[in-house]
Amino acid sequence: MMGIKWNELLITGDPLILGSQIAILLTMIGIVGGITYLKKWRWLWSEWLTTVDHKRIGIMYIIAAVLMFFRGGIDGLMMKAQTARPEMEFLNAQHYNEVFTTHGVIMILFMAMPLLIGIMNVIIPLQIGARDVAFPQLNALSFWLFFSGAMLFNISFVIGGSPDAGWTSYFPLAGKEFSPSIANNYYAIALQIAGIGTLISGINFVVTILKMRTKGMTLMKMPMFTWTSFIASVIIVAAFPILTVALALMTTDRLYGTHFFTVSGGGMDMLWANLFWLWGHPEVYILILPAFGIYSEIFATFSRKSLFGYKSMIFSIVAIAILSMVVWVHHFYTMGSGPAVNSIFSITTMAIAVPTGIKIFNWLFTMRKGRIKMTTPMLWALAFIPCFIIGGVTGVMLGMGAADFQYHNTLFLVAHFHYTIIPGVVFAVFAALYYWWPKMFGFMLNEKIGKWHFWLFVIGFNVTFMPMFFLGLDGAVRRSYTYSVESGFAPLFLLSAIGSAVLALGFAAFCYNIYWSARYADRNISSDPWDARTLEWSTASPVQFYNFAKQPEVTTLDPFWHMKKKNEGLTLKDSEIEEIHMPSNSGLPIFMGAVFSVAGFFLVFEWHIAAVVAAVGIIAGLIIRSFDYDEGYHVKKDEIKKIESTWRNVEGEVHNDVS
Amino acid sequence: MEKIMKGFPLSHVIGFVFSLILTFGAAGIALKTDLSFKVIMWIIGSLAIMQAGIQLFMFMHLREGEDGKTNVLNILYGVFMAVVIVAGSIWVLSSGHAH
Amino acid sequence: MSANVDTTLPLEYQTEQNRLNILGFWIFLGAEIILFATLFGVYGVLYERYAGGPTHKDIFVIKDVMIQTLLLLTSSFTMGLAIFEMRLHNLKRLITWLIITLVLGAGFLFMEINEFIHYVHEGATMQTSAFLSSLFVLLGTHGAHVTLGIGWAIMVIIQLAKRGLTPVTARKTFIIGLYWHFLDVVWIFIFTFVYLKGLVG
Repeated sequence: MMGIKWNELLITGDPLILGSQIAILLTMIGIVGGITYLKKWRWLWSEWLTTVDHKRIGIMYIIAAVLMFFRGGIDGLMMKAQTARPEMEFLNAQHYNEVFTTHGVIMILFMAMPLLIGIMNVIIPLQIGARDVAFPQLNALSFWLFFSGAMLFNISFVIGGSPDAGWTSYFPLAGKEFSPSIANNYYAIALQIAGIGTLISGINFVVTILKMRTKGMTLMKMPMFTWTSFIASVIIVAAFPILTVALALMTTDRLYGTHFFTVSGGGMDMLWANLFWLWGHPEVYILILPAFGIYSEIFATFSRKSLFGYKSMIFSIVAIAILSMVVWVHHFYTMGSGPAVNSIFSITTMAIAVPTGIKIFNWLFTMRKGRIKMTTPMLWALAFIPCFIIGGVTGVMLGMGAADFQYHNTLFLVAHFHYTIIPGVVFAVFAALYYWWPKMFGFMLNEKIGKWHFWLFVIGFNVTFMPMFFLGLDGAVRRSYTYSVESGFAPLFLLSAIGSAVLALGFAAFCYNIYWSARYADRNISSDPWDARTLEWSTASPVQFYNFAKQPEVTTLDPFWHMKKKNEGLTLKDSEIEEIHMPSNSGLPIFMGAVFSVAGFFLVFEWHIAAVVAAVGIIAGLIIRSFDYDEGYHVKKDEIKKIESTWRNVEGEVHNDVS
Repeated sequence: MEKIMKGFPLSHVIGFVFSLILTFGAAGIALKTDLSFKVIMWIIGSLAIMQAGIQLFMFMHLREGEDGKTNVLNILYGVFMAVVIVAGSIWVLSSGHAH
Repeated sequence: MSANVDTTLPLEYQTEQNRLNILGFWIFLGAEIILFATLFGVYGVLYERYAGGPTHKDIFVIKDVMIQTLLLLTSSFTMGLAIFEMRLHNLKRLITWLIITLVLGAGFLFMEINEFIHYVHEGATMQTSAFLSSLFVLLGTHGAHVTLGIGWAIMVIIQLAKRGLTPVTARKTFIIGLYWHFLDVVWIFIFTFVYLKGLVG
């Protein structure tokens, strides 16, 4: 406790960071003042912060992740501004290092993954006809641990300093020897906290999907989004413990002088790369599989056909799940493992293109002879296919060990993974938000603004990243804060920077769409506005807290579509209503999140006694939970009847007046 | 679940006796014989796997309940991952110029 | 979430929530397998990197390792007996076996702490070499799990004493049982691939 250097606590001397510090302070005062003025504290606490409702937890994930998207996007724009012209002096080398590090970490771990987990949270229990996830309170804990990790990581650039060793944080650079400040402790500890939350989510979804499907929904009748989320959850359970260990070893190396990844003492720096990618490669499939599921739902709905090749889809995702575990070395071919290792991993890497190709063909055949509706979600899905193929094909190029020595560490690689992750995940998330927005909030996002959003974003994306392929082939390296006039890179870099501005406009259009639709969109819409196929559309919009008054019975794939065709199971008779058991809210998850933040913060600053004291709070939380015998409560029949009558018509049928 | 109701924990006692034999057997082979390192490692590695099996099936009742099959698949997948992680890491980091 | 009680099953499987929790814990054990596998992998990569410091043969004491192994093996057996008695609805014997299990576990922990103190006295600390870093972290992670298990089991015993055998307390006891057996499985691999391998090579 004695060695605190107070003058190092707050980062000073950089006008950009000073501006952010003031902005953060003002925003916080604004939020606290606003909630107090509107007297919303009690509402916030009892309706949101202590909720165990999967839909609300999902929405909180989505809100937090969109904010993180904004933060990571600003980082991206700063990089594009810095490299717009040769020899720019907007950011210095150190600041640039920090910005690309936080951009990567935030976009992958605090934007893409929580957005997908948020959507999974809202949709999966609805798609399988369940009333909640298997462990509602653990679900809240997952969210608060993610949030705690995200906040801890985000304060780094104003308090103590931003991590600056890249999102991969390779050793020896990330070790104490070459990064002596506390900045990289943030990486090790914030990711650890968020990672534990993700692991818990994974277990929760595996059990939910295995055990809580409604009557008649066998595994082979599950909607594709549920299937892909299930496999993604399995991969989470298999991969996140590796990250847990890797980060723990990084922490002991940095804080307690062990020699896992150090240059001295017999440590091995490439062991870090090995562990990081043992987790990191499955991680990209954790991102992409739920996104594939989203596209599958959207192609089927808007082609008005059931998904082509359902079984081959499942075969492909299971194959991807297994193969994704045995390709990790392709991230570091140049380490020098020798021809045998590189050859084997080249082969497994190329093999993974096969199941992915099967999926692309299945989507194309789903559209064939379909009656396609060009809605905003469908546009995103259509744009995904060509963009993602560019990403995939360049991936096969990079996957060849011998050729990789040429592309390695250039902007070609950067362009490649942006071409997989942005169409693969970000387009999917936008598609999902447009598609399921009415289910979450009871009104639709505006289609016209949505198309502006779509075109600006897709054009901006291509203009930003396409030039980077050519820059990379010309030898422009990644993570370099500037380049010379003589290199000849200037025109393409400028084009790329202009593209990023268009991309940002697209994101602004999305934010405006949320604002516009929240204010003006029609509230009197059908509970099934897209004429969709799966069970989430068979209940109210926004969904009542118990999801289904009567759990639906399923006999086929695309159950709601068949229920509508046969006009069966759409009504609810008074006699069918029974009391519903629901879990109670709990303040424990948010308490645990807070304690983890505080303990993590102390550990970042290596104030060990304070960290231990704070960690007592974690033990206390576990003990309280062990003695908690709250059994939930029952919703009375009268209340259910009242709620159901607000959205069904007189005969108890699903409300269907499309305006 | 059924046969356990008899009153004497037979399978537990058998499991315990076996695990003692396997433990002392492994120690004896490793420390008191002159076999080559490779042979010893194969033998005691196999004994360890047998002992893990005893714990899983005789003490933890891996296959019982309506999710018995799921449990078996889950553990098999965990073992597959364990082999990939351990053997893969050692192979990748000890061949070529990496070491 | 609904009650869905089936009284033909053992107590811990009777409610749907119990079945969910038990499956969830098995999945968690799957994650634990991978966590320990990663630590074993790290140890496997670093185990001959002594950096001029002590080697396995310099520090391992086989007699103490055998005692530790016996303590943990026996505790796994007594935990099995506890669950056995639970299924016979014999609360007193259940608690007795649980307490015996914990005493054995505490004995193991005492031996392990002594072992660490012995290593440090021999000049073998976590900071000495990559081999010792990976050894201490692998053993320490297992030891931390045992410590946590003891604390957790005490909570369960208090609840058993207060509430008797109900589906909820039976489920909690069953799950701590799974956890305890699992720690024994991990120890078997530590015994074989750390201690015996180190003394053979």
